[in-house]
Amino acid sequence: MISLVHYLTVAAILFIIGVYGVLTKRNIVTILMSIELMLNAVNINLVAFSRFIQPEVLTGQVFSIFTITVAASEVAVGLALLFRVYHDYDTVHIDKLNRMRW
Amino acid sequence: MFNEYALHHAWLIPLLPAIAFVVIGFFLRKSPVLSAFLAITMSMVSFILSLGVGYGVVVQHITVEHPLIDKIPWVDIAGLSINMGMYIDPVSALMLFIVTLVSLLVQIYAVGYMKGDDGFGRFFAYLSLFAATMLGLIIAVNFVQMFIFWELVGLCSYLLIGYYFHKPSACEASKKAFMTTRIGDFGLLLGILLLQIVFGTLDFAQLTIAIPEYVQQYGTGVLTVAALLIFAGPIAKSGQFPLHVWLPDAMEGPTPVSALIHAATMVVAGVYLVVRVFFLYSMLPNVMLIIAWVGGFTACFAATIAITQQDIKRILAYSTISQLGYMMLALGVGSVTASMFHLMTHAFFKALMFLAAGSVMHGLHDKGNIFEMGGLRHKMPITFAAMTIGVLAISGIPPFAGFFSKDEILLAVSEVSAPLYIIAVVTAFMTAFYMFRLLFLVFCGPEKPENNPHEAPSTMKFSLIILSIFAIIGGYIPHVYHFGEWIRFGDASHEGLNWTIAATSMVLSVLAMALAWLIYGSGKVSPDRLAMRFSTLYNVSYHKYYIDELYLWLNYTFVRGFGKILYWLDLYIVDGIVNGLAKLTYRMGDELRQWQTGYLQQYGLILFGAILIMVVWLVITAPISMASLRGGAY
Repeated sequence: MISLVHYLTVAAILFIIGVYGVLTKRNIVTILMSIELMLNAVNINLVAFSRFIQPEVLTGQVFSIFTITVAASEVAVGLALLFRVYHDYDTVHIDKLNRMRW
Repeated sequence: MFNEYALHHAWLIPLLPAIAFVVIGFFLRKSPVLSAFLAITMSMVSFILSLGVGYGVVVQHITVEHPLIDKIPWVDIAGLSINMGMYIDPVSALMLFIVTLVSLLVQIYAVGYMKGDDGFGRFFAYLSLFAATMLGLIIAVNFVQMFIFWELVGLCSYLLIGYYFHKPSACEASKKAFMTTRIGDFGLLLGILLLQIVFGTLDFAQLTIAIPEYVQQYGTGVLTVAALLIFAGPIAKSGQFPLHVWLPDAMEGPTPVSALIHAATMVVAGVYLVVRVFFLYSMLPNVMLIIAWVGGFTACFAATIAITQQDIKRILAYSTISQLGYMMLALGVGSVTASMFHLMTHAFFKALMFLAAGSVMHGLHDKGNIFEMGGLRHKMPITFAAMTIGVLAISGIPPFAGFFSKDEILLAVSEVSAPLYIIAVVTAFMTAFYMFRLLFLVFCGPEKPENNPHEAPSTMKFSLIILSIFAIIGGYIPHVYHFGEWIRFGDASHEGLNWTIAATSMVLSVLAMALAWLIYGSGKVSPDRLAMRFSTLYNVSYHKYYIDELYLWLNYTFVRGFGKILYWLDLYIVDGIVNGLAKLTYRMGDELRQWQTGYLQQYGLILFGAILIMVVWLVITAPISMASLRGGAY
């Protein structure tokens, strides 16, 4: 029987992978993808909690829909910035984007 | 009728010259005729008013014990109220008379003396300002008013000494006068503050009552300190040793200024201050003794310098210092009467001598060395007569003014202290000697062909004649009409003559005159050979005991040395602390800056690390354990 803990474990693993990606990758595309992983880990949590704790109301599921929407717009904005950055600097490597650093 | 009006409108006396100052200063400066006219008119009205005040004081029986006081609040804040007003008693009435009279005559004189000068209007504006402030000082009702006007007369003195501001020596002299008097003023201010702290009031009338009670209750300790501090002001202002050095240099100003400010009026402000606060000094015999000795020493000391000086105005300046010492000496032995009497006669004959000296210099185109003069009596008879009267008066030859006042001082001193009496008599002898020396060298002997003297214009002659009259009768008339009962402190003192003392001083004066004639008049004894013979004494006296040099040296060694130490302290200690703080901040910033890497991912790592720690901590301490979740219904 797949219990809540299993879902949470998967979500945690997913989240940790996302965090790892955000903290270690130098490519902006990869970082964005890692952020998506983290968001999805949260979604899994939301749905899982909703399903297991209060199955009669759909608060968690509806909330995750919102999260997906926000994530989608975030990706849209992020990618737009990314394109702009690539266009101006010819790179997506964050170590090269150090113009504002002291 | 008139005296009633004058008494209750005495505040007009200083106000009128003040108006003259403002109007001349702002509007009439370019017009010599109008500015002189306005200044003299205002002085004239002031003089008439002071005559009315004097008359009123006599007929209304206003005495030193029962003065007429009229005042209005000036500053009124919590815990401190200061009045401005007028304090009319015989002493201030006499001072008003002297100051307005001399000021009026000097202004009339200056019309001739300053003729054609570029700063004519400015000169009269300053003279008016001086008259206004000096008169304001005289009628002061409290220490604050006194101090304000005290400083203002100092300012006028500064402005008028430096009147020829294009001359470096005049600028230096004015600065010297201002700074030297400032030393004394500092003491005066401290003394005033001390009195305010002790008594909570600075009003003369209130202090007159409060001080004797205080002395009975608490003794004289604090008051002695206050009185000595206050006396520092008169020491500087009245040219007493050791702060006399500014007065001879002040002769850089125009001669009418020397006559008015540095002989007759401003320099006696110190004497007047001591008289005004005599209710304080009379309680303190030790301080009185100090005053007497300062005065006596100054009188003798300045006279020894005057003997060898060669500049006509400098001789008169040292003579002024010496005579001021006489007045202080009289105060120190407790005779306000003698001091004020001498103050009055001195104002007459010293102003007269200064004006005569100015007339001489005017006639000789600003030549001042008495050894380059000679035989001027033929070309300048009026000036000669005036100077002779002045010299006879200061030497104490009867019936001229100085005889009576000097005799009263000698009498008063002889009753208190024998050494001081001897000093005073020796001073009188030297005074007569150097004064006749001046007279003989300037007016007698052969005429010098290179000089082309001419007698003074009529305005100058007018002032000389009027002052001559006062120098003749100014002693006898008051003596006959009981000056001593009018101006006194406590019991009327020293009325009448003591013929032993009078005869002694008279014989000495005549001897001094004969000696001066022997050396400088007849040419029987060569002054140069005498100077060679006593060259040490001569040099010490000629160089004024090297006091200026001593002060310069002190200034260089101590003030500059001290300044260097302070400079070092400032540079390395004060600045060091400030700069060190700045450097510390900079270093710390530099260190802390290293933590701000700018790597977003590093920040992220810290963020997540912190969250992780928080979560772990929450989980460990949480009431619901993980175990309950795992083993729960889900």
